[in-house]
Amino acid sequence: MSEITQVSTPPAYGQAVDAAASWPSVPRRHRSWSTPGAAAVTVLGLTLAGLGMAALRGANGWLQLTAVVAGLALAHVGAGRLLRRRFGSGFDLTSWLCTIWLVLLVLAALLAPVLPLGEHKDIASTLDAPVFARPDLLSEYPLGTNNFGLDLLSRVLHGARASLVVALGAVAVGLVIGAGLGIVAGFFRKVTDAVIGIFTNSLLAVPPLILLIALATVLEPNLRNLAFALSLLALPSIIRMARASTLTFAQREFVLAARAMGASRLRIMTRELLPNVLLPLLSYAMVMISVLIVAEASLSFLGLGIQPPEPSWGNMIAEGEGNAFEQHPHIVLVPGVVLFLTVFSLNLLGEKARKRFDPRQAKL
Amino acid sequence: MNSTSALLPDRPAAEQESPVLIVDDLRTQIHTPRGDVQAVDGISFTLGRGKTLGIVGESGSGKSVLGRTIMGLYSTGPTMTVSGRVLIAGKDVHTLGASGLRELWGSDVGMVFQDPMTALNPVKKVGVHLTESLRRHRTMNRAQAKAHAAELLNLVGIPEPRRRLDQYPHELSGGMRQRVVIAMSLANEPALLIADEPTTALDVTVQKQILDLLDRLQDELGMAIVLISHNLGVVAGRADRVAVMYAGRVVETADAAALFGLPHHPYTEALLEAIPRLDQPPHVRLAAIDGAPPNMVAPPIGCRFAPRCRYAQSDCTLAPPSLDGAVTRGIATPGHSFACYHPVNAGGQ
Amino acid sequence: MGPILLKKVGELAAVLLIVSFGTFMLVSLLPNDPAVSILGQGREPAEYAAVREELGLNDALPVRYLDWLGSAVAGDLGRTVVPPYTDVLDRIAAALPVSVELAVLGMAMALLFSIPLAMWSAHRAGGRVDRVISAGSFGVLSVPSFLAGLLIIMVFANQLGWFPRGQWVRISESLGDNLYHAFLPALVIALAETALFTRILRNDLITTLQEDFILAAKAKGMSARHILFSDALRPSSFSMITLLGISLGRLIGSTVIVEYLFALPGMGSLVIGAANTGDFTMVQGAVLVIAVIYVLTNLLIDLSYGVLDPRIRRAHV
Repeated sequence: MSEITQVSTPPAYGQAVDAAASWPSVPRRHRSWSTPGAAAVTVLGLTLAGLGMAALRGANGWLQLTAVVAGLALAHVGAGRLLRRRFGSGFDLTSWLCTIWLVLLVLAALLAPVLPLGEHKDIASTLDAPVFARPDLLSEYPLGTNNFGLDLLSRVLHGARASLVVALGAVAVGLVIGAGLGIVAGFFRKVTDAVIGIFTNSLLAVPPLILLIALATVLEPNLRNLAFALSLLALPSIIRMARASTLTFAQREFVLAARAMGASRLRIMTRELLPNVLLPLLSYAMVMISVLIVAEASLSFLGLGIQPPEPSWGNMIAEGEGNAFEQHPHIVLVPGVVLFLTVFSLNLLGEKARKRFDPRQAKL
Repeated sequence: MNSTSALLPDRPAAEQESPVLIVDDLRTQIHTPRGDVQAVDGISFTLGRGKTLGIVGESGSGKSVLGRTIMGLYSTGPTMTVSGRVLIAGKDVHTLGASGLRELWGSDVGMVFQDPMTALNPVKKVGVHLTESLRRHRTMNRAQAKAHAAELLNLVGIPEPRRRLDQYPHELSGGMRQRVVIAMSLANEPALLIADEPTTALDVTVQKQILDLLDRLQDELGMAIVLISHNLGVVAGRADRVAVMYAGRVVETADAAALFGLPHHPYTEALLEAIPRLDQPPHVRLAAIDGAPPNMVAPPIGCRFAPRCRYAQSDCTLAPPSLDGAVTRGIATPGHSFACYHPVNAGGQ
Repeated sequence: MGPILLKKVGELAAVLLIVSFGTFMLVSLLPNDPAVSILGQGREPAEYAAVREELGLNDALPVRYLDWLGSAVAGDLGRTVVPPYTDVLDRIAAALPVSVELAVLGMAMALLFSIPLAMWSAHRAGGRVDRVISAGSFGVLSVPSFLAGLLIIMVFANQLGWFPRGQWVRISESLGDNLYHAFLPALVIALAETALFTRILRNDLITTLQEDFILAAKAKGMSARHILFSDALRPSSFSMITLLGISLGRLIGSTVIVEYLFALPGMGSLVIGAANTGDFTMVQGAVLVIAVIYVLTNLLIDLSYGVLDPRIRRAHV
């Protein structure tokens, strides 16, 4: 009841994904496979994928793609059973793969300038390079090239730099400001709370993408401004979460004890409340990052974010608009798959993190 | 109650003779992530028309699972395995298909649930709760069903039934709600009513009213009742026969007077001793039963009560005693049987 | 109609005031002189001064804001600052129906898909179907709508040629044609919403299906379908209604993207076009209109709780 009467402005962005993430587990029984059976399936899958990459090099691209995807899916099923058998039923191969993907991506993005990659933005230097080269892991251009002969692998990794810098920066800014405002609102209550509440609701009153577009109209599209604009998206939910946690923790004995000992309000907020408020916020950060990566990609796709030739996943996908996608699907599929895998991994791990570290799991 | 005749058609004489409920070696095994639980472990009994069987046991003894298995609400599926037979009014519950079960439910057998707060759908009016079942099982139009629903509310002692039909469950008191639940289960005059802890969630004063209501309805409608409760006091004055359950098994069963007068199973005795009595002198310490019910994933091999039993001897942990065993050994009669090697209050030892 | 509603309306007014101020202040975020961005470089200083005067940039900030707000409330959102200098409100009035139709169709489609999917999933929770739906919806949620849109256009519009792209037929012209042209865009919008609704509804259905009143309905002999639709659906829909509010923001976002992808003459195309040409009066007007609609819709969603849950209805009165 009280919850329903409180909120009349739109709830926070990202909470949707958040709410959808929890999935009550229902007892499920795995049909038991024999170890050799699972191993055979794994090997078969990997072989199929390998064959798809190597043997079907000249064949129809879709056929090749199907072979690789089907092979990897088979291998995933087989390896999942095999590893569960080895490490117990709690083993979750998908989460491990997601972790590995993110670690590799971050490392590659960090090292992109020093890695021996092809050209990612200087069109003048790729005049001799093949245009629209098809992805072929065994060739000079593992993920193919675009219409200027720029190397897609290199562009995807440089694009990852932009996406990660912008999203991480925005979440960091959002955390600092949002946690501060949330704690202040929850600690002082009354007028302070009301003012911060109205500010939060005002931010939420403009749909996220519209807010981004409005800011993009007037701001120079550079990384700093993008991070600033995205942090405005992250801010409301962070404030609300921090406020809600503060309200709970402010009633706890350790805060009362600190008060009784004469600790200053600033000290209580920074030493007693902040550490407790931060943990659930950090567990939420992954989902937040994924939402912001999508937001940035959408903006760049619309031509309002990072400007070509500087690569970003969004503007790379935009290159496939029109006929390019139909004739050279890899133009869209390469950055698209990378974007999907990253968002998927962040959502999946974010959900796990929240289940683990956010004991409240309550509605905010 | 003048409406009784309308609600109680004459049943054929033959049907009146045969038992309404026959339960034969019923077993319910629930599959949980931690292992399989034998929640109901080989229970048999019969119940005649107009009779009441009280089933008593601690929480977790399997009595609610028994009730729901008899109903057919629990049946073999991915989460549980049911074996044995249940005949309600001659129909084998666990061989009926989904549509057969729906015919059975609400017409031959009704169920009253523990908590009237949760047994009524909060977003449906009282009237809808009653009429949807009437319209489902009988060919009644909206107006007929509504009139009949009002009659039902009248039968269970709810004043102003017409007005109540248009109210939501949250607008009624707990006792009123339970009356609605009872009216709901009686809508099509079932031959059998399974009442699972019908008074546990209610205030003490309301408890008595509800039990009296069930008594009266039984007299008027002639149905058989399975009254499940953890409270011996609830069962004491109402049941013709009582079965005491422990860890999925019936440990003692007898006519109510015999069981309460002279319990033979140590568990029954302990249960009775745990009830405060007015005729005891003040400041007498109540006898609690030590320990907790057994882990049902891996129950004790012999008598399941043995680890908590003050009379337990070495043979108790070897093989489980059975109800029949005591009868064949001549220390119990079919009318009052118990599953124990070393019964109390008995000559046999 | 109680103090609760009054407080809500008051809060909304405050929020809208702040939003309008923020929108108005957009111009001051411009890195350079708005007059320069309108006219371009290299004009006479007098021309710039005239534009500034026309925009009212020479007045004090509060005066300008009140002026702007006053005319906005009166229905004058100004003229676009780039050719052909049309009236902003006229353009919005022409574009809004397209967007609203797409959003409503998308939402309706999402509900149409997600309710049966969620029921199927919850009815056989833990089973194969449930697991497939679970994994599928989680995957779909990780696909940005512009990517999904591109894929759907390629398959259904370009390869198979079943549906058109880049044309729009108004409802007033032909309802059938209108729906035919709106189908694919609405499908793209519905995709992510379907996944979201399915997950939420499935979770709540599973909780509801464990309630005693479901067992009681079963014990009355009601059919599985009757129980799912008549007993379980309504009590399970509260989280989804809350979510409707949350996903409305996403819905507007994906509508914008879909209009851009399919080149449809809606608010999204309007805003993106304006953003690309730096037409800030257009952006201001559009943001203001969208924000007002968004906030009011959320108020309606809030009030709809009472309709669904009689317990709250009473508390509201």
